[in-house]
Amino acid sequence: MHPVLRTVLQRLGLGVLTLLAVSVIIFSSLELLPGGFAEAILGQSATPETVAAFNKSLGLDRPATTRYVEWVTGVFTGDLGKSFAGAGGWRSDNVRTVTSIIGPRLYNTFFLAALTAIIAVPIALALGLLTALYRNSWFDRVCNALTLTTIASPEFFVAYILMFFFAVKLKIFYPLSTVNADTPFLEHVSRAMLPAITLTLVIIAHMMRMTRASIIALLSSPYIEMAKLKGLTGRQVILNHALPNAWAPIATVIAFNLAYLVVGVVVVEVVFVYPGIGQLMVDSVSSRDMPVAQACALIFAATYILLNLLADIVAIVTNPRLLHPK
Amino acid sequence: MKSNEKRSDAKRVKGAPLVEIKGLKIEGFSDDKWHPIIKGLDLTLKRGEVVGLIGESGAGKSTLGLAAMGYTKPGCRISAGTVNFDGKELTTASQEELRKLWGSRISYVAQSASASFNPAHKLMEQVVESACNHGVMDRAAAEADAKDLFKRLQLPNPDTIGGRFPHQVSGGQLQRAMTAMAMSCRPDLIIFDEPTTALDVTTQVEVLAAMRRIVEEFDTAAIYITHDLAVVAQMAHRIMVLRYGNLVEEAETRAMLKQPTQDYTKTLWAVRKLQKEESKGDDVVISVNNVDGSYSGLVKVLDNVTVRIPRGKTVAVVGESGSGKSTLARAITGLLPPSRGRISFNGKDLPAKLADRDRDTLRRIQMIYQSADTALNPRQTVRDIIGRPTEFYLGLKGAAKDRRVVELLEAIELDESFIDRYPGEMSGGQKQRISIARALAAEPEVIICDEVTSALDQIVQEEILKLLMRLQEQTKVTYLFITHDIATVRAISDEIVVMHKGKVVQQGLKSEVLNPPYPAYTELLLSSVPQMDPDWLTNLLKKRAAA
Repeated sequence: MHPVLRTVLQRLGLGVLTLLAVSVIIFSSLELLPGGFAEAILGQSATPETVAAFNKSLGLDRPATTRYVEWVTGVFTGDLGKSFAGAGGWRSDNVRTVTSIIGPRLYNTFFLAALTAIIAVPIALALGLLTALYRNSWFDRVCNALTLTTIASPEFFVAYILMFFFAVKLKIFYPLSTVNADTPFLEHVSRAMLPAITLTLVIIAHMMRMTRASIIALLSSPYIEMAKLKGLTGRQVILNHALPNAWAPIATVIAFNLAYLVVGVVVVEVVFVYPGIGQLMVDSVSSRDMPVAQACALIFAATYILLNLLADIVAIVTNPRLLHPK
Repeated sequence: MKSNEKRSDAKRVKGAPLVEIKGLKIEGFSDDKWHPIIKGLDLTLKRGEVVGLIGESGAGKSTLGLAAMGYTKPGCRISAGTVNFDGKELTTASQEELRKLWGSRISYVAQSASASFNPAHKLMEQVVESACNHGVMDRAAAEADAKDLFKRLQLPNPDTIGGRFPHQVSGGQLQRAMTAMAMSCRPDLIIFDEPTTALDVTTQVEVLAAMRRIVEEFDTAAIYITHDLAVVAQMAHRIMVLRYGNLVEEAETRAMLKQPTQDYTKTLWAVRKLQKEESKGDDVVISVNNVDGSYSGLVKVLDNVTVRIPRGKTVAVVGESGSGKSTLARAITGLLPPSRGRISFNGKDLPAKLADRDRDTLRRIQMIYQSADTALNPRQTVRDIIGRPTEFYLGLKGAAKDRRVVELLEAIELDESFIDRYPGEMSGGQKQRISIARALAAEPEVIICDEVTSALDQIVQEEILKLLMRLQEQTKVTYLFITHDIATVRAISDEIVVMHKGKVVQQGLKSEVLNPPYPAYTELLLSSVPQMDPDWLTNLLKKRAAA
């Protein structure tokens, strides 16, 4: 077997183990939350008897280990369980599966993340390369100052400023990003534009600065001096000789930011009323809808693991020492 | 096609002046001020001529060589003087003008080929890059030409080696590929910057021969930079000896070897005269018996190695990189437990693993490394570096510890004032002395010296070797001295172990090993050591071709 394939399979296996460990942490930490779904839904009318009856109807009276094993085996067969919302005995026809609740929200989240990535990654890479090429020039300084400003401003602040200019004054984009399953693709793009731009401004600095730093770190290597003394132009030196050796750290930072786009954008979702998974998770935690909250957390963990795996693969395939052993 | 016209230029005659450097001064920036590196040097080079620049590190030889290209390292500047290359003034030329000369008419061969080849690209990509980029040839022609150059440089598989990545070929092959890269545009001038310093002697012979032949074939002028007089004698028509940025002496190669006029030049020979009287020892302190060792369990780095180390003597382990000599040291110290065989110390078996050895056993075997820079913690003062083993092994504390540190400093010929210095505040030789003191602090029976003088200048090397010998007389310590340098072996050893590909080729007294009859490998190794004779390489190649 090719060593790269073996490494990838190894990492995948490790990823599954990590996910298993994470599932324990998720389950037990949600278990530790004070109160439960019954208290949350019954409110003032919660008497010990009604709460117990409610919990029994949800199956919450059984020991935690039994429920954990049930959940994990369910996940392995693709069944994320049923939401507590609408459950409870008297309206059992209304019970929805977790998959049907999360599905559309997850699609929206991935949609926004992809849209943002398509805008942000190329810009960040290009700016990173340009600032490395023209390091310490006024262009470099302006780029660094601007991106640092946008990363340092709170997301909701950037969001409202953009909304004010692009939606209220210029009327180019929708101020709110309400979408549903029937929204046509292009309209979805245009409705998701403002949140995407907001997120771009938030993540660009990190990726750009890492690209710049990784390239500059290589510029003192002997092979870069050699490239210069072969009479290559500054651009050739950076693109052909520095960049191919800088992919590994750049990929790691990109993966990290893409993961953030999936798991950490609840503020932007709230500001633009965008129905993503972040809001869903916050709602499900506050209503103690454990199956939904657990599923969201597990998806977040899987996203991190997968994206880091991808970054590792990039690091391997861009390193000839690993790709072409002696 | 422009470049072809250039090639047929009537001025391109052997003997016409090519480079003329006058009154050159170069400064480097450090500690917030400019320090002189080159203090007013002249250099003239005719077409087809090879001039050798020789000196210790810090002499300014690389800086001068690069200045002949109109290039200075980052943090350096040309503060005065002129550099004229074939009628063009390089000190005032624009970056764009210089860029057009670099790679096409002046090219550069660096010291470490493995660091100077980009790890991300195949050899061919990098070899043809200059020619394609400067529009000298199209890609196909450049590749055909590169294969031809590979053949002339006697690289194995010249037609396919270009498809390999730098990490897939050996150091000597890489150095020849870099020469091909420098030759690709048939430049007028090549700067060779210590091109064989990082190579083993047996490899060095092949690379020197290949470089000399190709430079002669294409009538290329060259500046050959090295610290090894014997090497430069093979390559250069004329030698310039530099020291502290000044010219010490300049003469035709043969004249200089026969009759150096300056004292400094003479000292460059002196090192080789240091020689210890060998003596035999029968009391074995460490014996290594039939040891196998390997890193991932796949490749045997040590293959049935048996070595006896007599007490109070110096055993030199000599061999090329990859011969297993450092691995032997790791096996003895317990860093790499042998996969087979036993190592005994004072007649008792040593536990194979470091973790299984008690503190007193650890104390008795100490190690000194090649690079004091990486072996000393830059954030610790000498007091901590030397004091730590006295505390750890011998339980010294407070004033007693300080007293001991000062004693040790005196033993290594440094004064008390060094006690509060950091490694960064000392020279290379001083740092290596501190490493020696750290090993001595444990009051060991055996010190393993792994290439301890390889990174040092010859004169400093001699001082360190003398110090080691004196310490041995005083403390009766045993040295296992690992090196690839035959001159060092000659200087300090009682016994010699020759290793090759993980096997012991020979062990014996110095006089036995260094005199015939030789096993085949020892013969190859010894005959590959450059001699102070300008005809040495020519004669050696003739002899080998005849054999």
